[in-house]
Amino acid sequence: MINNELCTVVSHKEIAPSVFELILEGELTSSMNEPGQFVHVRVAGGIDPLLRRPLSIADIIKEKNQFTLIYRVQGRGTSILAGKRPGDKIDILGPLGHGFPVSEVKPGDTALLVGGGIGVPPLYELSKQLREQGVKVIHVLGFQTKEAVFYEDAFRQLGETFIATDDGSYGEKGFVTDVIKNREIAFDCLYSCGPIPMLKALKNAYGKDKKVYLSLEERMACGIGACFACVCRMSEDPDDSSYKRICSDGPVFAAEEVLL
Amino acid sequence: MNRLSVELPGLSLKNPVMPASGCFGFGREFSQLYDLSELGAIMIKATTVEPRFGNATPRVAETPGGMLNAIGLQNPGLEKVIEEELPWLEQFDVPIIANVAGSYEEDYVEVAREISKVKNVHALELNISCPNVKTGGIAFGTIPEVAKSLTKKVKEVSSVPVYVKLSPNVRDIVEMAKAVEEGGADGLTMINTLLGMRIDLQTGKPVLANKTGGLSGPAIKPVALRMIYEVSQNVDLPIIGMGGIQSAEDVIEFFYAGASAVAVGTANFVDPFVCPKIIKELPELMDRLGIDHISDCTGRSWNKHARIAHYRP
Ligand SMILES: Cc1cc2nc3c(=O)[nH]c(=O)nc-3n(C[C@H](O)[C@H](O)[C@H](O)COP(=O)(O)OP(=O)(O)OC[C@H]3O[C@@H](n4cnc5c(N)ncnc54)[C@H](O)[C@@H]3O)c2cc1C
Ligand SMILES: Cc1cc2nc3c(=O)[nH]c(=O)nc-3n(C[C@H](O)[C@H](O)[C@H](O)COP(=O)(O)O)c2cc1C
Ligand code: FES
Repeated sequence: MINNELCTVVSHKEIAPSVFELILEGELTSSMNEPGQFVHVRVAGGIDPLLRRPLSIADIIKEKNQFTLIYRVQGRGTSILAGKRPGDKIDILGPLGHGFPVSEVKPGDTALLVGGGIGVPPLYELSKQLREQGVKVIHVLGFQTKEAVFYEDAFRQLGETFIATDDGSYGEKGFVTDVIKNREIAFDCLYSCGPIPMLKALKNAYGKDKKVYLSLEERMACGIGACFACVCRMSEDPDDSSYKRICSDGPVFAAEEVLL
Repeated sequence: MNRLSVELPGLSLKNPVMPASGCFGFGREFSQLYDLSELGAIMIKATTVEPRFGNATPRVAETPGGMLNAIGLQNPGLEKVIEEELPWLEQFDVPIIANVAGSYEEDYVEVAREISKVKNVHALELNISCPNVKTGGIAFGTIPEVAKSLTKKVKEVSSVPVYVKLSPNVRDIVEMAKAVEEGGADGLTMINTLLGMRIDLQTGKPVLANKTGGLSGPAIKPVALRMIYEVSQNVDLPIIGMGGIQSAEDVIEFFYAGASAVAVGTANFVDPFVCPKIIKELPELMDRLGIDHISDCTGRSWNKHARIAHYRP
């Protein structure tokens, strides 16, 4: 169920340069189930900025009615968000969209979770849920530099974790796809979130013979499926008008279903 | 007495507040949030003869106090709207205003003829003003003679009253309004979005894939008010006003300018509960302003004979 609630900031800290971990408390946590769903955040009252900002749910802590967002300061909206302090209230709409299908893997299977930069956050809740289900998880996480790396230890506690950096300043130098190839990582199902070129490379490499699920991003207005701002094209498109809304049909799709 | 009820051609509204076309889809998403029967009416997404995918993404960009959109009339097409969307909406006690669009005169005529036969469609909104569609569309809305002729053709085939949606992207809005009045329009809806653009500082290229888009939201409110103020004094058609409405105060301001009902667009994205909130807040605001019935204040800004509001402390 979609809720709208003023949630309370429990903690807020910078975990890498310009990357913040924001823990919020609110009743709507009880509606959060699927990893990969997101919330639509109104960072300020009034009309500046006007629109909400979509941010993925990184961690759900049901017992405490709390959830975590991890975001990078990008522009005006996220800069304002970065100024919130414990005790402040933030207007949250959510949970929104459909997340990663955890039932696609069975206990004993291996799931490969591939994240790029600020696409890493939703994989944390996903990994937690897969682990609870008895699925073996392997993480391959790509960051720009050593400084940009976050949540490495948290992921390591859930499963084997490889880090790749663009400049080679930490972990392995190069793309996440290189790491998967070089290390010959075997898996039953692949889940990923990150920049489009990375998702494309994964789809091309594994989309044909493996189960691959990708979380997509697009500029949004309503976030609930009503305005058609965030559509993507589908692979099967008989009359040139087939589409999916990333906010409400997604953000997670089976790789073969959508055109990237 | 229902102080919020409004009578307009084809429309007996329990209150004057409705979501604007394109900002509410066909109602399905918002129905998960509240009972759509609370609304005065619903203006559904533009419908064209064939299904349309619309423009490439990005389709929206934020602007100070507003947003640009270039959706490009994405819709499932006339057949699906008639067979699936409108019957689904029948479960609610709310009149539907169908937004009619196309690239050619024949398209508008066909959609209007068929969609106006559907039971819960109480009026049409002729969208001659979408700035985001390459062929036709905007031309219908900027040339008075063309708009008049289209209105006439649609009136001939429509089974329900026809409201024409005016574009603000014109030299003389009053001239446009008069032209569609002569064409036989039953009412006006205004305003549609203002053509605008934004450029990405990193790439140096327009943010929107379509390059330009329609500006909506609080930023356009003064333009909408001015245009409604001018048009309402010069034509005899009722006006459904829109453009940046976010609150009960805004609604009254639009009535004062000359509107007889209002539509809320962009604000639904900011606060999805905005329509029922405004409807709930209106009576209290009317008490404070000394307004007995909402219709009493249409055109108060220019009507010499309008009763002066007696402020109550
Ligand atoms: C489903 C989804 C989940 C996301 N999850 C996360 C997350 O967990 N952590 C994180 O750091 N970022 C995430 N993002 C990206 C995040 O929404 C943008 O970085 C943020 O909206 C930027 O806002 P701003 O005001 O700082 O930037 P500005 O550039 O000032 O924003 C201007 C406008 O563009 C939109 N916009 C800008 N960049 C993006 C983008 N990449 N995606 C969508 N809209 C954008 C904004 O929402 C706003 O409407 C997610 C995006 C989507 C669609
Ligand atoms: C995302 C979006 C889609 C729209 N689609 C349509 C449409 O299909 N047909 C139409 O007549 N107007 C459309 N409009 C215009 C609105 O109905 C309205 O006239 C305009 O946005 C001004 O009102 P607002 O400032 O309250 O949004 C759209 C506006 C937005 C923001
Ligand atoms: S953001 Fe409105 S449909 Fe996705």
